[in-house]
Amino acid sequence: MANDLFKMPETAVSTDEFIKGLWRENPVFVQVLGMCPVLAVTNSGINAIAMGLATTFVLVMSNILVSSLRKVIPKQVRIATYILIIATFVTVVEYLIQAISLDLHKALGAFISLIVVNCVILGRAEAFASKNTLANSFLDGLGMGLGFTFALLCLGVVREILGSGTIFGIGLFPDGFQSWVVMILPGGGFFTMGAWLLFFNWLKERNKKREAALSESGTGVK
Amino acid sequence: MKAAEVKLLLTSSPFLKQEDDMPTIMRQVIYSLVPVSLAAIYYFGLGALLLILVCVGGALGTEWVFSRGKRGRRLSIADGSAILTGLLLALVLPPAIPLWMALLGAVAAIGIGKMVFGGVGSNIFNPALVGRAFLQAAFPVALTTWVPQGGWQSLARLYPTQFGMPFAKTTVSAVTTATPLSQMKFAGQTTDTLQLLLGNTGGSLGETCALIILLGGIYLAWRNYLNWRVPVAVFASVAVFAGILHWVDPLKYAPPMFHLFSGGLMLGAIYMATDPVTSPVTQRGCWIFGIGIGVLVMVIRTYGGLPEGVMYAILLMNAVSPLINRVTQARIYGESRKKDKG
Repeated sequence: MANDLFKMPETAVSTDEFIKGLWRENPVFVQVLGMCPVLAVTNSGINAIAMGLATTFVLVMSNILVSSLRKVIPKQVRIATYILIIATFVTVVEYLIQAISLDLHKALGAFISLIVVNCVILGRAEAFASKNTLANSFLDGLGMGLGFTFALLCLGVVREILGSGTIFGIGLFPDGFQSWVVMILPGGGFFTMGAWLLFFNWLKERNKKREAALSESGTGVK
Repeated sequence: MKAAEVKLLLTSSPFLKQEDDMPTIMRQVIYSLVPVSLAAIYYFGLGALLLILVCVGGALGTEWVFSRGKRGRRLSIADGSAILTGLLLALVLPPAIPLWMALLGAVAAIGIGKMVFGGVGSNIFNPALVGRAFLQAAFPVALTTWVPQGGWQSLARLYPTQFGMPFAKTTVSAVTTATPLSQMKFAGQTTDTLQLLLGNTGGSLGETCALIILLGGIYLAWRNYLNWRVPVAVFASVAVFAGILHWVDPLKYAPPMFHLFSGGLMLGAIYMATDPVTSPVTQRGCWIFGIGIGVLVMVIRTYGGLPEGVMYAILLMNAVSPLINRVTQARIYGESRKKDKG
């Protein structure tokens, strides 16, 4: 994040802008942004995917528009303008979901409209799209959106398996499953989020240690 | 003539040291819970013993896994706090709960309740109650299914529901009964105080025999291992609250004796509310803490949807005990009573 703020705008298209959102700067597991939908709508895999894709769509489109208008928008009213742009695409996506599946629209409820205030989207508009070229902003939005979807899916799958014994609506346990009611409730969202953060931090620490060990042994050979 | 050289021994405070350390206190508390556990085994048979063993084993195992790679790992197992948490968890669970759920509760108690905060002494909430609250939220039906109490004749009984496959729905049905509090709540019947004192009622393992728990509490208070202000404040506020209600409408509300000796109030007030880590450190704070628990228990029992509220009352007061500490700070000698606004 801090790097993005002070970096000179790059003109070359870089695939790194896409990849960083998936893992290294994952909006949920690393930046811990946009917690409201992450905890609220991940009680099943389908909900998680729908929410993730809706957010990705808004993120990509708003990044594109903000980036292409970045020289026109006056600095004093930029936040209001970004919100306006984001709200436009959220309205589009809300009608889209309503047209595709009314059940899904009911399950996600107010959280579709609340994508407007998802800080991942405003954060990317302010920190990245307003300073970078259109192509890079598109890649950044796509990467961040897919990273967000991945994180939501991680939570959604675990909570669905433990909370209702199904995965994407398909029953896993034919002879009766004792569902953990807490996992479908908001409390389960916090538990699962904590467990995943623990896991990813442990993974990162381990990789760091390995890299350190590798570079040490490398210098030893020289 | 030279005066004899006076040798002065200079040391810094503290000059008075207490001999008891944490493992000793933990051991004493566990000893005082042995009669309670024996009473539970008498009333609910071998199944109760099995439940206690599973909970203690689960708590110890979780503690061992979480303290991996830390110095003092052996100490953290040996200080007895995990054994105590497991034992207390078993005492607040219904006797016929599937054992895999009990194990999960023990893992949640130590893992979520204690180790994520940094181990013993750093937890905000009472670990055993965190484990029970987790189970209550995850499996509400299993946590409110009670089996009738027995005696010497049925000492060897186990419960078929205990051996359910992990993650599978319990298919066997057990003979169930109601606790005195749920009878009160849903049928308006009170239970005889003598039966409550002896524990000859349905309920959790440690919800039954009020007399033995009270004796254990008196022993601990006499040895100064627990702060007597907390349970006294709890009992007093429950008695006053229930007394007023009973006085206003004796037909609708149960007498104070019933509220004092039924449910988990005894165990909760004596063994869980007095947990030195999660209760206030000041004496005035302990009074406020105890009164808060008592009032919350009565509010939940009387006006809430649940028949019993000791667990939530203690957890809620645990959450505010840092605030109580801050409010009841002792005045520094010589400082003015009024707060200066400079």
